[in-house]
Amino acid sequence: MKWQMVETKKGTRCRVLEGGSGAPLMFFHAAGGLLRDNPFLDQLAQGHHVFAPEWPGYGESAGEELLEDMLDFTLHGWDLVEALGLQQPHLVGHSMGGMIAAEMACLAPRDLARLVLVSPAGLWLDEHPIPDIFALLPYQIAEVLFHDPQQGQALLTGGADLSDMEALKDFYIGSQRRLAMAGKILFPIPNRRLSKRLYRLTAESLVLWGASDRLIVPAYAERWKTLIPHARLEVIGDAGHMLPYEQPDTFVRAVTGFLQR
Amino acid sequence: MKFTWFNLMPWPYLPDDFRAQHRSVWVDIPNTLYDPRKGHHVYHEYLDQLEYAETLGFDGIGCNEHHQNGYGLMPSPNLIAATLARRTSRAALCVIGNSIASYNPPIRVAEEFAMLDVISGGRLVAGFPVGTPMDTNFCYGQIPALTRDKYREAHDLIMKAWASDEPFAFDGKYNQLRWVNCWPKPIQKPHPPIYIPGGGSIETWDFCLDYDYNYSYLSFFGYLRGKSLLDGYWERVAKRGKDESPYRAAFAQIICVADTDAEAERLYAEHCLYFFNRCLHVFPPFADPAGYRTMATIKYGALAQLTLARQKILENLTWKQLVDERFVIAGSPETVRQQLEECIKGLRIGHLFCLFHNGDMPDWKTRHSTKLFAEKVMPHLRDMWPEWKHDERWWMHPMDDRIRPEERQPGAEKVGAEWPR
Repeated sequence: MKWQMVETKKGTRCRVLEGGSGAPLMFFHAAGGLLRDNPFLDQLAQGHHVFAPEWPGYGESAGEELLEDMLDFTLHGWDLVEALGLQQPHLVGHSMGGMIAAEMACLAPRDLARLVLVSPAGLWLDEHPIPDIFALLPYQIAEVLFHDPQQGQALLTGGADLSDMEALKDFYIGSQRRLAMAGKILFPIPNRRLSKRLYRLTAESLVLWGASDRLIVPAYAERWKTLIPHARLEVIGDAGHMLPYEQPDTFVRAVTGFLQR
Repeated sequence: MKFTWFNLMPWPYLPDDFRAQHRSVWVDIPNTLYDPRKGHHVYHEYLDQLEYAETLGFDGIGCNEHHQNGYGLMPSPNLIAATLARRTSRAALCVIGNSIASYNPPIRVAEEFAMLDVISGGRLVAGFPVGTPMDTNFCYGQIPALTRDKYREAHDLIMKAWASDEPFAFDGKYNQLRWVNCWPKPIQKPHPPIYIPGGGSIETWDFCLDYDYNYSYLSFFGYLRGKSLLDGYWERVAKRGKDESPYRAAFAQIICVADTDAEAERLYAEHCLYFFNRCLHVFPPFADPAGYRTMATIKYGALAQLTLARQKILENLTWKQLVDERFVIAGSPETVRQQLEECIKGLRIGHLFCLFHNGDMPDWKTRHSTKLFAEKVMPHLRDMWPEWKHDERWWMHPMDDRIRPEERQPGAEKVGAEWPR
């Protein structure tokens, strides 16, 4: 897979990881962004033409000041589809990316092929309050996100040596920039009333969840299933919130199985 | 020099093992630690102290806004200022201030500040902080990355509401009001003096200079550490071609005065340590949500912002450290005078927010320290800036014929009841 830059009509400049051939598939990353290694994307690219954009505010993508609220984010998703010249792509979104993909599908239900939501954000259940990701100590992040926090920690830092002050500084600055952007739709409560719009969904949909997700617990999967009655739901074992990174093989099998049905 | 007697109003009953048992004094502090019946006594004691400061000749008396905070009992500083407006008549009422990004709609601040200015006869000094991330983001739910934008809009609305003599429509991004018509309006024209309390955000400097507002650096870590930040501010003042009136800047400093340096330690050490050890025990992520600081500010001081490091400093603080590093200016009147002179000159400030009540300091010690300062220190520091003696641009301009409500109620001098222990 390789990187390319695209510019949207609104003026954001986004870096997109592209590869493979077949039906177009857009992958929208979570609040933490794409990690250094994203093996599940390579695997998805074996059967699909995969486009994984970095959101403005992430990595080399710029123009975050142009996007302020949920509608801006949603339209930006469609602006990227337009800028890449895609017709009816599959939309696959992870966590925050799932929230965005679901909003896109509600706004323009006929403009996508199928929808895959991977532990999506966007709903709130009073009886299962989601931990405040904006108030975590560095060492707590992996504990919340991964079934296996130790392995998760290594994935998060991408092998950077954080005892090196420069590396630590870069990591801190990057992380502050990413979460500042994510906060526009996730802070203080990751609920921008998507549930009121989900009735509009017509695309065939798959909801995937990690059985040991400690951030957005699997009770939320049931709520998604209630709100999108035609959706299929699959819960995958030995996986936390970062399911695509923790169980890439199972994840890719589930996604391709659904998309090729 | 202008001296303002400031009370943060800390809760004095935090348990000895507070640090070990709880992760934060702010945001998610267990509210069972608050006892409203004791709180009744605490409020009145603190209010009495503020009124007492006026009788000793302090230029201003000050309060501020914090939420869900063990060292601040003033979610609404305007209520505090309102009680003071009825029991004082000479000191400026420094409300430093209202976190305007959190008010919905912020026209409420224009109205309440106007009420305070009118009731007090034009004695309001109006502070507009962005608000700490603990208050504005975690307690009041504002989105960090949009907080500054919302703050600017709130500021524009309030200032226009005060200035306008006719109703106007305000089509803001965060506030849409078809009929803005401030009623009542403040006495002070064109508006009360505006103070902008800043932590370390460099954008705040330009904002102050754009409008000629006072920049107030509120830190609990003393003038030695405050110097680099204020140096940056004064550089910016020079670069912008503004005059160098020291009254453009204010600084907050913890001060403890006793007859001798040793006596200061004996009287005040435990209370200052209570403040630093318990009251500043903030869960670091609450102090630094992504988006609250701009990228420019982060890059300016990047790792200094990693507040874990600061928390480490607080862990094993001793009185010697507090004094040596000037977190606290403490000692005999002469020691305090010398160090404050260094502080005032070094930072080039015309306004000093003096923190005499610290942590769980009992009333008599607070008054003892305050009185010694007023009598033996303050007079020697009055004329630090002779060349700017007549610069009143950053101070109140009250009515001459204002009512003196406290004179109708003699007995402002307190008969010393103690808090129930």
